[in-house]
Amino acid sequence: MAVLVIAEHEESVLAPSTLATVTAARAIDDAVDVLVAGDGCEAVVRQACAVEGVRRVRVADGGHLAHGLAENVATVVVGLAGDYAHVLAPASTFGKNLMPRVAALLDVQQISDVTAVESADTFVRPIYAGNALATVQSGDAVKVVTVRPTAFEKAAESGGAGEVEQVDAGSDSGLSRFVDQQLTSSDRPELTAAPIVVSGGRGLGSGENFRLLEELADVLGAAIGASRAAVDAGYVPNDYQVGQTGKVVAPDLYIAVGISGAIQHLAGMEGSKVIVAINKDEDAPIFEIADYGLVGDLFEVVPELTRKLGS
Amino acid sequence: MKVLVPVKRVIDYNVKVRVKSDGSGVETSNVKMSMNPFDEIAVEEAVRLRESGVAEEVIIVSLGVQQCQETIRTALAMGGDRGILVQSDGELQPLAVAKLLKELVEREGPELVILGKQAIDDDANQTGQMLAALLGWPQGTFASRLELAEGEARVTREVDGGLETVALRLPAVVTTDLRLNEPRYAKLPNIMKAKKKQLDVVSPEDLGVDVEPRLKTLKVSEPPKRSGGVRVGSVEELVEKLRNEAKVI
Repeated sequence: MAVLVIAEHEESVLAPSTLATVTAARAIDDAVDVLVAGDGCEAVVRQACAVEGVRRVRVADGGHLAHGLAENVATVVVGLAGDYAHVLAPASTFGKNLMPRVAALLDVQQISDVTAVESADTFVRPIYAGNALATVQSGDAVKVVTVRPTAFEKAAESGGAGEVEQVDAGSDSGLSRFVDQQLTSSDRPELTAAPIVVSGGRGLGSGENFRLLEELADVLGAAIGASRAAVDAGYVPNDYQVGQTGKVVAPDLYIAVGISGAIQHLAGMEGSKVIVAINKDEDAPIFEIADYGLVGDLFEVVPELTRKLGS
Repeated sequence: MKVLVPVKRVIDYNVKVRVKSDGSGVETSNVKMSMNPFDEIAVEEAVRLRESGVAEEVIIVSLGVQQCQETIRTALAMGGDRGILVQSDGELQPLAVAKLLKELVEREGPELVILGKQAIDDDANQTGQMLAALLGWPQGTFASRLELAEGEARVTREVDGGLETVALRLPAVVTTDLRLNEPRYAKLPNIMKAKKKQLDVVSPEDLGVDVEPRLKTLKVSEPPKRSGGVRVGSVEELVEKLRNEAKVI
């Protein structure tokens, strides 16, 4: 039976996390449909149709589906679930908010944040901040799964020829409404999709000092992340947080600056290909997992690194 | 209004978790157990609502083994009014927990349920959303700010792109994120007082809920370990290694 992928999208752009979720879906079955639920999302539908391996794009369009309100979107997903053996979404804040609601309405025990598909009913997922991996088997008729986007390659954005089908968009539950949002605007690559991430911790000492990381990130074309300590201290906004309960990143290069390396932070970046740690404390746990460790004062090392890379 | 706060007993935040050699799970014997940190934030938020006169009563609920009573007592020492333990020795998965909580909500009649967004043991991040679904209530997940006014809860949510605010018609379920508040430490007199607060014990059978696990854990294994690499002596050496050895820049 086919797999339904719930598309994550922002206004007119299909999120890269959706592409990774399509890859996970194709590891389960060749027949992959995508649901695009939203308000006026023709551009997203076009992008979804072009994704390699997508058979059909089902579209639920309505003002009450804007901003991915879980109460309204879950009803649409539940209405379609009967056609599928699996319903998948990325384990982003969008998918984490929506999918348990879908699972409970279907009387299904969801499988969260899977990093590998063993078979149609068996999945691997990290527990205890990634300190253990659980292999779990579901006996439910429909498998409701969220997928860790960094654990799967992104499906190609072209080459697909999905058919478009409009589906019942349901109506407004009246339970909740969107009020407003304060999104962090940045010209940098998105944190979870960037090939290089420069991350700062408590060692930066202030939000102003993140300027040093910005200059380094500019030279590298990198995204900027942070440890929980830096976010809690108010140096940077919450959406910078990398870790067990923040974002999970797996770039080609992760540069940890002034980050000691608590297990909760490591859980969010240990999948990076190459890790560099810059810290004045030579006993900082981050050095135990870093490929290249440099003990030194970040206020000297980072500007020097920026200069050397820029030249 | 009444506020219901479910709390979970988990391996303490600071404990280095070890996988059992037979692959059946992680080592939990002789390991320090504590309240899930996100649930402490939920308790704190509920107690503040009572202190500001918005809520009349804060009911603490835990589900699991008998020792969860200690977790409930901790929450009562922080300011919860009374506790309920749904005692069960078997594994309780999030769907079963949500079903048990739904029964308790229908008995107790709270207008607000506040709980942690995720437990740091199974990292599932499901129970609050599932409870909201089963009750037909709205949900405000990953909250960094909560305001109650005119029959609505305004919840500012920590989302991947920044912050988002939604308005929920009460009754509602709210799940906490890290920046919602800083939980207090229970003071000794309050710890003593908490010992005398009412704590009822019920069973899943009393609540008429089938808690049979739906997911079977086939094995639990150690993740592949990253081996530490090398120390470099200078920025120059670092740049050279990144360019010519790692080839990532």
